[in-house]
Amino acid sequence: MKFASFMEKNLNSAQLIQIATQVRRDILRMVHAVQSGHPGGSLGCTDFMVAMYFKIMNYKSSPFRIDGKDEDVFILSNGHISPLFYSVLARTGHFSLNELKTFRKLNSRLQGHPATHYNLEGVRIATGSLGQGLSVALGMALSKKLKNDKNIVYCLMGDGELEEGQNWEAIMFASHNKVDNLIAVVDFNRQQIDGSISEIMGINDYKSKFEAFGWQTFEMNGNNMDDILANMKLALSNTGKGKPIMINMKTEMGAGVDFMTGTHEWHGIAPSNEQLAKALEQLPETIGDY
Amino acid sequence: MVKIEILDQKDTRSGFGAGLLELGKKNNDVVALCADLTGSLKMDAFKREFPERFFQAGIAEANMIGMAAGLATGGKIPYTGTFANFSTGRVYDQIRQSVAYSGKNVKICASHAGVTLGEDGATHQILEDIGLMKMLPGMVVINTCDYNQTKAATIAIAEHYGPVYLRFGRPKWPVFTSPEQKFEIGKVWHINEGNDVSIFCTGHLVWKAIKAGEILADMGIEADIINIHTIKPLDTVAVLKSAAKTGCVVTAEEHLMNGGLGDSICQLLALNNPKPVEMVAVNDKFGESGTPDELLVKYGLDTSDIVRAVEKVLKRK
Repeated sequence: MKFASFMEKNLNSAQLIQIATQVRRDILRMVHAVQSGHPGGSLGCTDFMVAMYFKIMNYKSSPFRIDGKDEDVFILSNGHISPLFYSVLARTGHFSLNELKTFRKLNSRLQGHPATHYNLEGVRIATGSLGQGLSVALGMALSKKLKNDKNIVYCLMGDGELEEGQNWEAIMFASHNKVDNLIAVVDFNRQQIDGSISEIMGINDYKSKFEAFGWQTFEMNGNNMDDILANMKLALSNTGKGKPIMINMKTEMGAGVDFMTGTHEWHGIAPSNEQLAKALEQLPETIGDY
Repeated sequence: MVKIEILDQKDTRSGFGAGLLELGKKNNDVVALCADLTGSLKMDAFKREFPERFFQAGIAEANMIGMAAGLATGGKIPYTGTFANFSTGRVYDQIRQSVAYSGKNVKICASHAGVTLGEDGATHQILEDIGLMKMLPGMVVINTCDYNQTKAATIAIAEHYGPVYLRFGRPKWPVFTSPEQKFEIGKVWHINEGNDVSIFCTGHLVWKAIKAGEILADMGIEADIINIHTIKPLDTVAVLKSAAKTGCVVTAEEHLMNGGLGDSICQLLALNNPKPVEMVAVNDKFGESGTPDELLVKYGLDTSDIVRAVEKVLKRK
């Protein structure tokens, strides 16, 4: 299957799913190769990220402009799902696919968590120290308003990450100041490192809390391509109406690989040779391995 | 000893406010953020003049720093304003990850530094901030000495691309630098030429060092007095040249010994040309409530402390 024209963004849902399958292969192979990294959350958010970068967002991958002038901007706050981010960036032409081989190795631009320090195309801020991305996205959204740039700033955050207080500072600022060119997507996978969120810090209903802070909210199934496309379209049509937007995106950690799905056990663990082989059997090569 | 005239009595934070306003008029990319201390930081004039470029963050410094990083990414030149304590220690990780490591063009402007904040006490006084900021790779660290220097520095740092920590204070203080000065990051102001001892001073203690220089001159001691407003990058050429000439060094600052200007000077000298050093700074203590003058005396940061340090270091020459 060839996707020479994928940047034209006329891909249908079935084609996007094919790309997502390839990206999942990339994630597992990258994490396996260096025996470190975070496959669980990466696999869970794959469908969403593929939809964003291959269909929804308006941007140029080359030449990459860090200031995001006249284009949509994406901030990955939960930086530990870097293998997913890097795979999608490489496969949308931000940098060479070959560079995925260097993930987490010495002298690589593909640091364990995304960084701007090595001028990696597609990355605008260092993230991974949780709870900081939304504030940065907010700052970028403000800069777009100052420049009368109508494009949108997106921020993906983890649900466990919402335990960080800085998020709530950003949440109250955004609604008070009517920052309505910002869409925050919360990866509601209900897991964090030490176990399920309901056991650790069970605030559970994030959506109503955002609403109480004055945000417009939506819900979607982050592992269903049609649902993602429909709800992102709906969310976009609600920008510019005086409220920041939050999407509660239900996903399963490890989605796409049966034995990794729905558990926090694969948050930060690399698969063994046997586990990799078993996982890749479920994810046939579609647009070619790196 | 050269004669240094007092031109006025003004707080350094007002120099920041005046500089920010002037800068705002000539550079549309300059934006300002404040965490509920607009009056204290003297940012009201900028806010009034450029309401669309002023962002009230509320009492939420972490988000303020993050938003500044985002505004900088979008091509703006954000100036954040709050007390030194809340500009550094409270938001260290936000500055480290989102600003310094990410190489963002954010100007972190910090008032009420040191014990001269006065009566509010140690919860609001910070004596560790220079150390915290200078440890961050790529961070420029500036501590200004009077109204005019603060104003000039506020304007000058917009021309430097990258993160800057600009430190100033609360009390009215002698104004003694030129209103027409050109502020150059990383270049010392050589206040007085002398051959007996080098006095490297920064911030409010520059005025104390000048007063000490006059007393020392009466005692027949000519001090080489150098204002180091930029602690990082340090003007290593000027420091090494002066120390080689005089053979002994006193440092003076409203900061802890750990992490301050004195510590930077000692590192430079030890690695290149060791000389005896005495440090006028606070040794591993928190401040307390009191008037600025009382606190400077109690914490050993007064003119007489600099004179005593010079007498001591001369004996070690």
